[in-house]
Amino acid sequence: MEFLQTPPDPDAYIVLAVFLFSIGAVGFLVRRNAIVMFMCIELMLNAVNLSLVSFGRALSDLSGQILVFFVLVVAAAEVMVGLAILVAIFRRRARASADDMSSLKG
Amino acid sequence: MELHDYLPILVLLVVALLFGTVSRGLSALLHPRDPTPEKLDPYECGIVPERDNPERFPVQFYLVAMIFIAFDIEVIFLYPWAVLVRRLGVFGLVEMAVFVAIVFVAYGYIRREGVFDWAPRKKLDRTLLLQRYRREAEAARVASGASETEAA
Amino acid sequence: MSVLAQAIPAPQTDYTTIIPELIVLGTGLLIVLMLAIRRFSNIGWYALIAALGFAAAGIVAYVDLWPEVTDGAATYAFSGMVAADGFSTFVVILSCVAGVLAVLLANSYLKREGLDKAEYFALLLFSAAGVQFMAMANNLVMVFLALEILSVCLYVLSAWNRDKFASQEAGMKYLLLGAYTSAIMLFGISFLYGGTGTLNIAALAQFFARNVLENQGLVFLGMALVVVGLAFKIAAVPFHMWAPDVYQGAPAPVVGYMAAAAKIAAFAALFRILFLGLSAMEVDWKPLLWGLAILSMIVGSLLALVQSDVKRMMAYSSISHAGFIAIGVAAASAEGMSGALFYLVTYTFMIAGAFAVIDCIGRKDEQYTKYEDYRGLFAREPLLAAILTFFLFALAGIPGTSGFVAKFVVFEGAAEGGQWALIGIGTVAAVIALFFYLRLIVLMYMQDSTERPDLAETRARVAAGPAVVLAVTVAATVLLGILPQGLLDMAGQAVFAL
Repeated sequence: MEFLQTPPDPDAYIVLAVFLFSIGAVGFLVRRNAIVMFMCIELMLNAVNLSLVSFGRALSDLSGQILVFFVLVVAAAEVMVGLAILVAIFRRRARASADDMSSLKG
Repeated sequence: MELHDYLPILVLLVVALLFGTVSRGLSALLHPRDPTPEKLDPYECGIVPERDNPERFPVQFYLVAMIFIAFDIEVIFLYPWAVLVRRLGVFGLVEMAVFVAIVFVAYGYIRREGVFDWAPRKKLDRTLLLQRYRREAEAARVASGASETEAA
Repeated sequence: MSVLAQAIPAPQTDYTTIIPELIVLGTGLLIVLMLAIRRFSNIGWYALIAALGFAAAGIVAYVDLWPEVTDGAATYAFSGMVAADGFSTFVVILSCVAGVLAVLLANSYLKREGLDKAEYFALLLFSAAGVQFMAMANNLVMVFLALEILSVCLYVLSAWNRDKFASQEAGMKYLLLGAYTSAIMLFGISFLYGGTGTLNIAALAQFFARNVLENQGLVFLGMALVVVGLAFKIAAVPFHMWAPDVYQGAPAPVVGYMAAAAKIAAFAALFRILFLGLSAMEVDWKPLLWGLAILSMIVGSLLALVQSDVKRMMAYSSISHAGFIAIGVAAASAEGMSGALFYLVTYTFMIAGAFAVIDCIGRKDEQYTKYEDYRGLFAREPLLAAILTFFLFALAGIPGTSGFVAKFVVFEGAAEGGQWALIGIGTVAAVIALFFYLRLIVLMYMQDSTERPDLAETRARVAAGPAVVLAVTVAATVLLGILPQGLLDMAGQAVFAL
C-alpha cells in the first residue's frame, strides 16, 4: 500500500482529464446521433469527475469528491430525461439523428 | 493573467487534434480503393433491408431501464451515510429518512403511472376495468355537457 | 473502533433561512404525492395549489425574511452552503412572482391543448426552487445543483407538447446543448477548485484577499469556463444558438416563464460567483462580460430584424435583452447590479405578458405565430393588438414604460463606471431593436390586404388565467414606468445590504 501514501502527481491526472474532456467535447460536435452525443457528454462529465477527484487528493480536501457524487447523480437524471424525450421522438420517427431535428429553422 | 502556465495542456490538445486529423487523413490517402456495388451494400450477402424496423417496440423496457438508472444512482448517497451512520446519530437518521421518503414519493408516482404494469390488458382485474369504464363514462358525460354549454 | 464510534456534531442547519424554498419544494412534492395517491380529474386544483404555494413562499420571503436581511449582514446556513441576504431574498420574491404568472398562463393552455397533466405544475415549482437556490448559493456545488434542478425541469417543460414534434425537438436541443455547457461549466468549477482549494464562494474571496496567485492561468481558465456555462443559460451571444429553436418550438406559456426564470437564475449566479467570489479578478472577467454584452445586444437586435416568426423574433429580442442586463453586471458595481435586478423584474412582467398575447393569438396548436398571421391583427382583435403593441413598446424601451426605466438604470450604472463605449453601443442596439419591434407593430395595424378566412372565423379566446396575467403585467409595466422609485429602492437595498 506504499503507493497510496505518497501523494500522486496531480498533473498527470489533469492532463488525462483534459484529454478525455476534449474527446467528449469534439465528439459531441462532430457526431449526429443523439445517443452518441449523450455518451460524449458522459465522457466530458467523467473527465470532470477525474479532475475533481485528483485536485481533491492533491489538496487533501474532500469537497471535490463530494461534488463528484452530485455530478454522477445529476448526469443520470439528465440522461434519463434525454432518453425519455428520445423515446417520445422515436415513437413517431424511427431514427435519432440530429439531422432529422431541423424542422425549426429561421 | 499568466496563461503560459497552462501551455503544456494546450500543446497536448494540439497534439491530440493533430494525431486525429493526420491519421484520418493518411488513411484516407493510403487506403486501397476498389468499391463494387456489393461491397457498398450493408451486407455482402442476404436481403438488403428496405425500411427501418417496424414501429412497434415495447416502451416498457425503456421506461424500466430509465427508472432503474435514476433509482440505482440515488443509492450513491446511502454509502457514505452507511459508513458513518453511528457517528451521525439521530440527525443523520432523520436526514436520511427524509431523503428516502422523497424517493418513495417518486416511486409511488411511478407505480401509479403504471410503469410496472406488465400484464396484458385483458388480464387486468375487474375492479380496475370497472373503474376505467366509470372514468370514461364520466369523461364522455363531461364532454357532452361542455359542448351543450358552448352551444347555449 | 473508538474513532468510528465518535459522534460527529450535527451541522448547523438553520431551516428558517430557506423557508420559502421549503414551501415551494414541499408544494411540488405534495402535487407528486397527490398524483401517486388520489387524482383530481380537473387540473385546476393543482394549479390552485401551485399558485398558493408560490404566493405563500413569496409572502413569507417578503414579510419574514426581507426586513431581517436588509438590516444586517448575510447569514450563512448549512455549513456555508447557502447564504441568505438581501440579494437572494429579492430574487426569491421575484421567482415566486414569475411562478404565479406561469401557473396562471399554463392552466388554460394545458386544457386547450389536451395536455392537462398536473406534473406541469410540480415541474414549475421545482424549477422555481432551482432559481431560488441559485440565488442563495454560497458554494459552487450549490450553484451546479441549483442550475441543474432548474434546467432539467425546463428541458421537460420545453418538450411538454407531446403531440407536436417541434416541441420535442426543442426540448431535445435544449437538453443536449444544456448538458454540454453544464459539463463545460463543471470543468471550470473543477479548475477553480484546483487553483484555490475551495468551492465555497465566500472562502474564494478570502483566498484572493490572502494570497497572491502563482498559478493564475488555472483560475482564469476556470472562471472563463464558468462564465461560458452561465452565458449559455442567459442565451448571450455567442452561446445563443439554442434560444431561437427552443423559443419557437416550446409551448408559449413555458417560454414566457423560462425566458425570465433562466435569466434570473443565471444572472444571480454570475453575480454571486464574479462579484462576491472573484471580485479580485475583476480585471479579468470584466472584458468577458463586455464582450458578451456587446455581442448579444448587436447580434440579437440585427438577427431579430430578419425573422418571420413572432416566437423566434422574441428569442432574438431576449438575446439582446440579455446583453442589456449584462451591462449592469459588467459595471461591477452595486449600482450596476441593482440596475440589472430592476431590469430582470421588469423583463419578467413584460415577457410573461407578451407571451400571454402570443399564446392567445396562436390558438390551438399555436398554429398562428407567423408574421403573416399578425397582419391586420388590429382590425380583428383590437384589444389584443393594443396590448401586444404596448408590450413591444415596453420591450423596446419607450419612455413611460418600465422598459425605459430599466434601460436607463442599467446605463446609469455603466456611466458611473465611466463605460461610455458600452452605453454608446447599447443605445445603437436599442435603436435597432426599436425597428424590429416597429416592424411587427406596423404589420398589425396594416389594412388586411390578403383574405384570411381562417383567422376571421375564429376569434382568439382569452381565458381567465391569461386575462389576469395580462391585467397584472400591463399594470406592473405602466406602474414601474411611472413610479419606479419603490422598486428601485428595494433593488438598491438588496445589493447594498451585502
